[in-house]
Amino acid sequence: MRKGVMRPGHVQIRVLDMDEAVVHYRDRLGLIEVNRDSLGRVYLKGWTEIDAFSVVLREADEPGMDFMGFKVLSPDVLACLYQELVDYGCQVETIPAGELDGCGERVRFDSPTGHYFEIYAEKEQTGKWGVEEKNPDAWPEDLKGMRATRFDHCLLYGDDVDGTVDLLETVLGFQLAEQVVDKETGQRAAAFLSISTKAHDVAFVRHPEKGKFHHASFYLNSWEDVLRAADLISMHDIPLDMGPTRHGLTHGQTIYFFDPSGNRSEVFSGGDYTYPDHPVVTWDADMLGKAIFYHARELNDTFLAVVT
Amino acid sequence: MMKHTVKLAATGEEFFCREDQNLLQGMQSFQMGLPMLKLIPVGCRGGGCGICRIKITTGIYEAKKMSRKHIPEEDQARGIVLACRVYPRSDLLIEVLSLSH
Ligand code: FES
Ligand SMILES: [Fe+2]
Repeated sequence: MRKGVMRPGHVQIRVLDMDEAVVHYRDRLGLIEVNRDSLGRVYLKGWTEIDAFSVVLREADEPGMDFMGFKVLSPDVLACLYQELVDYGCQVETIPAGELDGCGERVRFDSPTGHYFEIYAEKEQTGKWGVEEKNPDAWPEDLKGMRATRFDHCLLYGDDVDGTVDLLETVLGFQLAEQVVDKETGQRAAAFLSISTKAHDVAFVRHPEKGKFHHASFYLNSWEDVLRAADLISMHDIPLDMGPTRHGLTHGQTIYFFDPSGNRSEVFSGGDYTYPDHPVVTWDADMLGKAIFYHARELNDTFLAVVT
Repeated sequence: MMKHTVKLAATGEEFFCREDQNLLQGMQSFQMGLPMLKLIPVGCRGGGCGICRIKITTGIYEAKKMSRKHIPEEDQARGIVLACRVYPRSDLLIEVLSLSH
């Protein structure tokens, strides 16, 4: 049951070197650099996003994800969910408006997999980049690199996947769209959750260590664009992880590669959709190779082992 | 560009690495008559995942910034580094280590 959480809103990613990271996210992925704040963080967004920003880069000694944020319908929903998170037993913290430039008050909470999530009701809306608000043209001409259209989802690794799934389903109204389950033990190896009609807005894979970041993903319009991204990865000698190929889970067309600090990026197109009455799609764990990389039908060395 | 020899202490296997290549790039370069070498595990190639952790027991090198989670300062002072962030300045003798956690 939906609880007033609308969609993914932002992700804050730690990078080792800001200049190198900006080249990756702005010039290669093609996100729009929109702001730098007094802490030196860089704000970016995909050109179709109406919000002021969706990706925040922070320079640090260790790469990974600081937090992922979701937008809720209203300040009333935010207040209500704050209380529900406290009652559920989360560590909950209120981050004052303006801590991220242009973003209202955020409610941050931890999760059983060790990831930090946030919800917020208000963020400055600056409109789609490069097209008029009224009578908008199809796309702006001066986009760079892969021309990523929007920040779409994150895949996160941690130990207590069932715990985080329960938290997101029960308190925030996420829907389990797809999962990978071990036939013998019944243990869930992966969970893909939707808060919209997308195939997933956040996903989890079971992993011994808490709080790990597998990738942030950005949406492209077509398979042709995924192939074009692959060309750019070769042109700029970007470390490639896998693809271009198709996922079995969600059926998106995808390519995985790494930013200069070792954080994985994905660009993808297509994929399935999820309505609230859809049954959960289940993959058997012994089919994990095909579930992840539909054509190769086997995992590469890095899918389960390489995270930040 | 100067080319150096990187040798694994355990097995004596070796590869060449130019000064403008990190050790993983050197290891993965084409060498006549040899299959692609897989002596050190390859992951993110950005100093983030820790999978290419090695100890350099002999030799001179330069290291770019790498994740402090995998290479705390004390370790780095003892020659423990991430191979994807290390550029040789002399021949090197190395040991392959496992992930830090
Ligand atoms: S390959 Fe990931 S740290 Fe070197
Ligand atoms: Fe993904």
